[in-house]
Amino acid sequence: MHNKTLAELSLGLQAKTYSSVELTQLFLDRINQHQQLNAYITVTPELAMAQAKVADQRLANGTADLLTGIPIAQKDIFCTQDVMTTCGSKMLANFSAPYNATVVDKFNQAGAIMLGKLNMDEFAMGSSNETSYFGAVRNPWNLNSVPGGSSGGSAAAVSARLAACATGTDTGGSIRQPAALCGITGLKPTYGRVSRYGMIAYASSLDQGGPMTRNAEDAAIVLQTMAGFDEKDSTSVDVPVPDYRAGLNKSLAGLKIGLPKEFFGEGLDENVAATLATAFDEYRRLGAEIIDITMPNLKLAIPAYYVIAPAECSANLSRFDGVRYGYRCENPVDLTDLYTRSRGEGFGKEVKRRILMGTYALSTGYYDAYYLKAQKIRRLISEDFKAALASVDVIMGPVTPSTAFGIGEKIDDPIAMYLSDIYTIAINLAGVPAMSIPAGFVAGMPVGLQLIGDYFSEDRLLNIAHQYQQVTDWHNFIPTGFE
Amino acid sequence: MEWETVIGLEIHTQLSTRSKIFSGAATAYGAEPNTQACAVDLGLPGVLPVLNQEAVRMAVIFGMAIEANIAPYSVFARKNYFYPDLPKGYQISQMDHPIVGIGHLDIEVDGEIKRIGVTRAHLEEDAGKSLHEDFHGLTGIDLNRAGTPLLEIVSEPDMRNAKEAVAYMRKLHELVRYLGICDGNMQEGSFRCDANVSVRPKGQAEFGTRAEIKNINSFKFVEKAINHEVERQIAVIESGGKVVQETRLYDSVKDETRSMRSKEEANDYRYFPDPDLLPVIIDEAFKAKIKAELPELPDAKKLRFKADYHLDEESIAILTASRALADYFEAVHKKSGCEAKLCANWITGDLSAALNKAGLEIGSSPINEERLSGLLLRINDGTISGKIAKQVFELLWQSAESTDHIIAEQGLTQISDTGAIVAIIDKIIAENPNQVEQYRSGKDKMFAFFVGQVMKAMQGKANPAEVNKILKERL
Amino acid sequence: MSLTADEVNKIAHLARLGIDKQDVAAYANDLSGMLDLMTRMSEVNTDDVEPMAHPMDQAQRLRVDKVTELNHREAFQAIAPQVEAGLYLVPKVIE
Repeated sequence: MHNKTLAELSLGLQAKTYSSVELTQLFLDRINQHQQLNAYITVTPELAMAQAKVADQRLANGTADLLTGIPIAQKDIFCTQDVMTTCGSKMLANFSAPYNATVVDKFNQAGAIMLGKLNMDEFAMGSSNETSYFGAVRNPWNLNSVPGGSSGGSAAAVSARLAACATGTDTGGSIRQPAALCGITGLKPTYGRVSRYGMIAYASSLDQGGPMTRNAEDAAIVLQTMAGFDEKDSTSVDVPVPDYRAGLNKSLAGLKIGLPKEFFGEGLDENVAATLATAFDEYRRLGAEIIDITMPNLKLAIPAYYVIAPAECSANLSRFDGVRYGYRCENPVDLTDLYTRSRGEGFGKEVKRRILMGTYALSTGYYDAYYLKAQKIRRLISEDFKAALASVDVIMGPVTPSTAFGIGEKIDDPIAMYLSDIYTIAINLAGVPAMSIPAGFVAGMPVGLQLIGDYFSEDRLLNIAHQYQQVTDWHNFIPTGFE
Repeated sequence: MEWETVIGLEIHTQLSTRSKIFSGAATAYGAEPNTQACAVDLGLPGVLPVLNQEAVRMAVIFGMAIEANIAPYSVFARKNYFYPDLPKGYQISQMDHPIVGIGHLDIEVDGEIKRIGVTRAHLEEDAGKSLHEDFHGLTGIDLNRAGTPLLEIVSEPDMRNAKEAVAYMRKLHELVRYLGICDGNMQEGSFRCDANVSVRPKGQAEFGTRAEIKNINSFKFVEKAINHEVERQIAVIESGGKVVQETRLYDSVKDETRSMRSKEEANDYRYFPDPDLLPVIIDEAFKAKIKAELPELPDAKKLRFKADYHLDEESIAILTASRALADYFEAVHKKSGCEAKLCANWITGDLSAALNKAGLEIGSSPINEERLSGLLLRINDGTISGKIAKQVFELLWQSAESTDHIIAEQGLTQISDTGAIVAIIDKIIAENPNQVEQYRSGKDKMFAFFVGQVMKAMQGKANPAEVNKILKERL
Repeated sequence: MSLTADEVNKIAHLARLGIDKQDVAAYANDLSGMLDLMTRMSEVNTDDVEPMAHPMDQAQRLRVDKVTELNHREAFQAIAPQVEAGLYLVPKVIE
């Protein structure tokens, strides 16, 4: 049962083949069984059971939605009222959120069951889920490999069937990269599509929450619930939410796929490249046309990102000062001591690195050279996307340069870690939507294919992904030991 | 050495919106600590700001009142620093693109009009409050005030002495109250002034190093603080020293400014556009709508009062001190049809005195325009004398009755019946032969005695003019 | 482009971030590495390019001036490190 897709489970619940209580217990048992993955920070069995009972009532009296009764898990970056919300950090290890994120409210209204909060890189900063205060998460496909980050717990949980789906957030690739490394489907929506209210901020102009699921159909169902205008979020866009499942089966005949040459140069593992080439052939068979394009400013995405994101985060994280909530150091001697020690003891190394970098980039004398320059490059990159998407329907490329690396391999080389974001980062700068879908394996480890679309073209992306998943099986493979 | 003083003022006005600038929490003064600090105000993880439209309207209407440029595109920026009353570790303010640009305010000092430039005015959020009451050696923080909208108004360094500074401050104080955007209550902190003061040798074009004086919460203190600071700076320079650019606090008890020891080195605020907020776009339609709501401003009103009502300067100043009082006067003038002077006298005199005594503003006056008009009408048409009118005024204040009702009930109608007056006067003359003798032998002051006696006998209801006329005849 | 330990300490103070003495050199190294990455940005001329703060070309939405938040002090202060008489307590602030 745990191997059924969300869509299948929903049908099963509607048909009363099993109850939500049964399904929830099943997943709770699996979570307990597979603690070695360290995917969960907090499991909420009592809450889940209570929700499941209510869901079963709704299923009985015909007021159920597609997600009613479905066991899900939330990345521990979304505030969940009266439930620990740690953001993978010691700073919030004791933080019981006094309110719900808008996204969480939406899932509650839909009747979804929350199994718990998922592990993540600390404050969403990382690409391997090794910076979490609560320990590294393991990749279900190889327990000595990283699952990716920052939504590593989310990807591992879905991959190992420890939840029917999970939420993630993506600032520089944090949904897509772990999805690729764990062999699941992940979608980063257009900036402004999903409310950021209650989603602990890393880089405000780049963060977006999105679904992490077994396949595109499931992602469509989950996105339907997550998406929508929120008046509590000034950056939320008031654009109608389409029916994301309506166009899943549209034919791809005549689809124009752009492949930026900048994505296929040095640095891409040749086996990954070969796997993707096979995927492109599959798309040709589906009727698509592959077109070579160029996006000349893509190479500047990493420096621009690593100025903008740290700059925004350095200010976003200033609120963590030991005064109103969160970690406070013992016996502070004065105010400065309270701040420096609470923050020094509460934050991990990677977070500190980025705060220092951001503070530096914004400081007197450096603003123009770094921050302003980065925002200008951002516009150039955005224009590259606009130009490309005017001539093709979708852009495709790799998600990661290689398959999952080993735990401990890159953590002491932050620059190397940053460089592995090369394919995903530009998308966040532009704000366009993108997906990662399973496209094959190299030495038994999953490879992801990235799909990038125009603003608010999530329905099209889901269609393009879904059609591929009708003729391939990569998304149905199960990691050994988790069958 | 002749010195010239250069003064610029930065005034923070708390806008009188119902809710905070970026959240829906209340802004009312005096609530229990932290009962008006919502999740957004507390800077909880994950919360986001949404802009209050009323704060925008108030900023724009202020800009229009000082004939300033209203920015079609303005941006909120984060001002980063650490202080316990600043929950997010940054204040949302405006840096490169303030909502209001260059404008001006005309002040009058010693009969001369001077134009003071306003460099800009921008919106920002207020911080909370630190209560230094000893909590076992700790400080208590109340965040109720955090997030209250502020309009920071920055003047050009155009003022040359403390008098001009006070005049500018008063003018601004009057203006923001007229516009209804700030209640101007300095005790409660709704109107806060920082003064930037420097000196330079007369004739020098370059400005001297300036010091910023904070913590000034009254007009009186502004004048004292500035004068003291000027003296201090001159003394420093004349004894061979240099003025340090720093922030100083004014101590009203000692009447001196002192350096703020605890404030660290010049803060690097690392301003950058707030990514949680989008640019504020103000189009022509929005501006036109607000322009239409611009009330008659104090200067224009004063000129009109002079031209239309021919009142003296002092009366005009009092009547136009607040829009509400000016409106009250004009309503009474219109309703009663009486002379402006009569209306003005009663309002600036008896009514104002009564309001002050009771601690009330004109808006809460127990005697509204209607009822005061009624009183003035009856004075004007001779039904009651001015003296009796004061009695009626007391009763109007205490009850909800009309003037006519009170007059009838109390039997206060002025007696102008000649026959009745003659009778009483003859009686009094007959009863007071000594005083009659004294008066007739030249003691003019005795006349008042007789007037008093007549009034007493007639319970004040006699028409004074008639009494005088007849007394003169009979004595 | 490399940062000195002194500069790192200055930045850390601006950010009120406690860093261990023995880690300063490592942070200096990491930051210098990041700054080297930044030099790539100067490869392109951006003189005539408008900075982009947001992906969306949108105006700030305005909220109606209404009190919508009730008093939740108890819930908010239940998670606070130190409160008394409804106030958040911090080491004494010298003015």
